[in-house]
Amino acid sequence: MAKGKVTFNVDRCKGCELCAAACPKKIIKMNKTKINAKGYHPPFIEEIEECIACGMCATICPDSVITVEKL
Amino acid sequence: MAIVYERSKGLTNAETHYCPGCTHGIAHKLVAESLVELGVLDKAVGVAPVGCSVLAYNYFNCDMQEAAHGRAPAVATGIKRVRPDNIVFSYQGDGDLASIGTAEIVHAAHRSENITVIFINNAIYGMTGGQMAPTTLLGQKTTTSQNGRQLEGQGAPIRIAELLSQVPGAKSVERVSLHNTQNIRKAKQAILKAFKNQIDGKGFSIVECLSTCPTNWGKSPVDAMKWLEENMIPYYPLGVFRTPEEEI
Repeated sequence: MAKGKVTFNVDRCKGCELCAAACPKKIIKMNKTKINAKGYHPPFIEEIEECIACGMCATICPDSVITVEKL
Repeated sequence: MAIVYERSKGLTNAETHYCPGCTHGIAHKLVAESLVELGVLDKAVGVAPVGCSVLAYNYFNCDMQEAAHGRAPAVATGIKRVRPDNIVFSYQGDGDLASIGTAEIVHAAHRSENITVIFINNAIYGMTGGQMAPTTLLGQKTTTSQNGRQLEGQGAPIRIAELLSQVPGAKSVERVSLHNTQNIRKAKQAILKAFKNQIDGKGFSIVECLSTCPTNWGKSPVDAMKWLEENMIPYYPLGVFRTPEEEI
């Protein structure tokens, strides 16, 4: 049962990967098969059921790309 | 569903021109969130510097004024004296505040102008292409110190928080870092406090934020955060250097 919902505003992302490094559950990965409007690989989460809604990814994101909701 | 974190209303919808992983974006949102939380966004006036954050007036959702290089504290002084009910802050980098603007910041602190200064220290000149800044660490390689900064001839890096903590008028001086989420939260508290001091009329407050410049440091954003932690924090210790309660 997922505890959180994470939404990425992917076209604002600059692919810095700080969110992936900050995630304590290490579930944020960069999508190497996609390129966003700016030309970067955007982040995605495969195992959203692991998310604990801590908001660390959104706290460190310099471009305010991420919204985190607690379910 | 409860929102844990969302984009602050204190920021405009403009996409920033900053490089990927630049901590200016983090500092911007901490300032924006603080203004929203204190309910002063509609009467805030920011003063943008010259440097990478020269376009900050496009990103903050409040009134902004661009200043000549290094003169942001002087412009902020003018705005605050004419409009004392507004919340006035300057947002300056190390090239702006610690180099060309040392006169203005030191005198604004001595006069204890009731303003809030957000100082971004990333130990390099970002906008102009990675030249040595007054805050560049000893041994750090930049385009104008290719063998690393040397003490002889180039001097020691300037510690602004320690310097201003000797000024009686500088009522609140704190240094924070933006290299991980724990420290970002502490930085938010420091910035909130600095704005609260201004609301309470306590005088000059400055928050020095240790930041990264992944592009000019030649590192990935994640490695740059590690470099900051391992190299900058030992020379620029974090902490509170002055509080309004303490007299000197």
